[in-house]
Amino acid sequence: MKAVEVRGLARVFNAGRPNAVDALVGIDLEIESGSFVSLIGPSGCGKSTLLRLIANLLEPSAGEVLVNGKTALRARLDQDYGMAFQQAGLFDWRSVVKNVELPLELKGWDKLKRRQRATEMLDLVKLSEFAGHLPWQLSGGMQQRVAIARALAAHPPLLLMDEPFGALDEMTREHMQGELLRICGETSTTVVFVTHSIPEAVYLSTRVVVMSRRPGRITDEIDVDLGTTRSEETREADAFFKKITEVREALRSDDLPGRGITDIRDIEGR
Amino acid sequence: MGSVPTWRSRRTRGLWQRAGRFGLFAVSLALVGVGWELYKWLGPQDGGTLLGWTILPRANDQAMPHVWEMLSRFAQPERRGVEGSILGVVLAGAWYSLRLALAGFGMGMVVGLGSAVVMARFDVVRRGLLPYLVVSQTVPLIALAPLVVSWGGKLQIGDFEWPRWLSAAVLGAFLAFFPVAVGTLKGLTSAPPSSLELMDSFAASWRQTLFKLRFPAAVPYMVPALRLAATASVVGVVIAEISTGLAGGVGRLIIEYAREATADPAKVYTAVFGAAALGLLMAGLVALADLILMRNRPKEMAA
Repeated sequence: MKAVEVRGLARVFNAGRPNAVDALVGIDLEIESGSFVSLIGPSGCGKSTLLRLIANLLEPSAGEVLVNGKTALRARLDQDYGMAFQQAGLFDWRSVVKNVELPLELKGWDKLKRRQRATEMLDLVKLSEFAGHLPWQLSGGMQQRVAIARALAAHPPLLLMDEPFGALDEMTREHMQGELLRICGETSTTVVFVTHSIPEAVYLSTRVVVMSRRPGRITDEIDVDLGTTRSEETREADAFFKKITEVREALRSDDLPGRGITDIRDIEGR
Repeated sequence: MGSVPTWRSRRTRGLWQRAGRFGLFAVSLALVGVGWELYKWLGPQDGGTLLGWTILPRANDQAMPHVWEMLSRFAQPERRGVEGSILGVVLAGAWYSLRLALAGFGMGMVVGLGSAVVMARFDVVRRGLLPYLVVSQTVPLIALAPLVVSWGGKLQIGDFEWPRWLSAAVLGAFLAFFPVAVGTLKGLTSAPPSSLELMDSFAASWRQTLFKLRFPAAVPYMVPALRLAATASVVGVVIAEISTGLAGGVGRLIIEYAREATADPAKVYTAVFGAAALGLLMAGLVALADLILMRNRPKEMAA
């Protein structure tokens, strides 16, 4: 079963105007259920746009998107996916547990059931003792874990993440990566993950999709066979470094004349 | 994690800050009194004129009674031969006007919130309506007051007869709705795009987004707007009372006492203080609502 199927997808911003931009052209992508796919590429390559097209937060200019065999619109209305952004985006005026309950509330779950589920989700992200806290009383990493709990509260089969750890420091970030793999393993969730970081993409993914810009397109897909259970040792394995080099070269190979090497430094620096 | 500030410690600190602010207010009141007396002492008795223009107010006892005279006037009767102090009369007038102001504030809030929601929902309404709202506030209230009273007099809905006080409340509402409409509109559109996107990703309806995201996000913008509206409703009611001659309120007392200013210059100030106290009381009510509405918010936002 395919979690996501994308065929001939294109998106033009400011269509028909002089400042029209081809954000994405000719995107074909298939994502198997249970896989973890990262989208990586320089700023402006359209990876966030692709994620939003899958999420039906944007409409495609051409082509089609199927999520769990349904149209993207149907999938969104059925809440077949959960989403997490770079900013945790928790509501300041709601306690942590009430933030996790939000999608269930919108779906019309009754109070008892949604409190029960939210409590389970906070257990899963190891934040049970902070249920009654307000979001701004938590650290950035903790806030992001609440956001993941919220995204997964309705048990969607698919999780869409747009640079969720981009604003975290390196130590927290590595910890969160491990936590994300554990959580997705326990809930058998398919993940589409947008990132700027090569090591992050390699560590997390079963497949890395390399994108390039002007126009945004997929230039390479690299399978990452580091096994299903990954640990801190994985980060020191030779195979891990080999994959990092492979992804880096895939990114570099599309370095066009007129585009400085600084772009690549940008990618690695983030 | 142990350093996560607890809610109780924040609240205690908040109370101290509030007590400090109250003390500061008392000090500033005293300073105004001192300034007044200082000017009386140093200022020209018959006003300062430059090339025939009066640029400095007269500092004589007629124009500027002593602070203690104004305060002690509260203890004396309204006029000779009447039982009870003028304080009771001013308080009764303020109580009457307070009820009108509350009614005006309530109406203004309903109209303001309603128009803000409609403007937030329909861009075309916002562009069409907003200029008229701005223009409405440039109409002088003094000109409008007799009109509203006469419209009210002609209104007949079944057995309902338009009471005169309702005109004053409507004029209070007329001033109060504007800051509410503008502040709430600003607040409703202040929700960050990422939060709106999140609600979209949950397939939330416009209504759900309004009540679960837009309104809570608007609260920090609504509180100052409500504070303005509260004082504006007092101004509207007092001016309406003055210009329509509506009896019973503090506005009527101001014109009555002003006529006696030559004989009893301190008298009018008792009514003026009454009106000022009314505005403070209304603002205080909003401050109370602020405490309740913002209790869960981060401190930086509450500032």
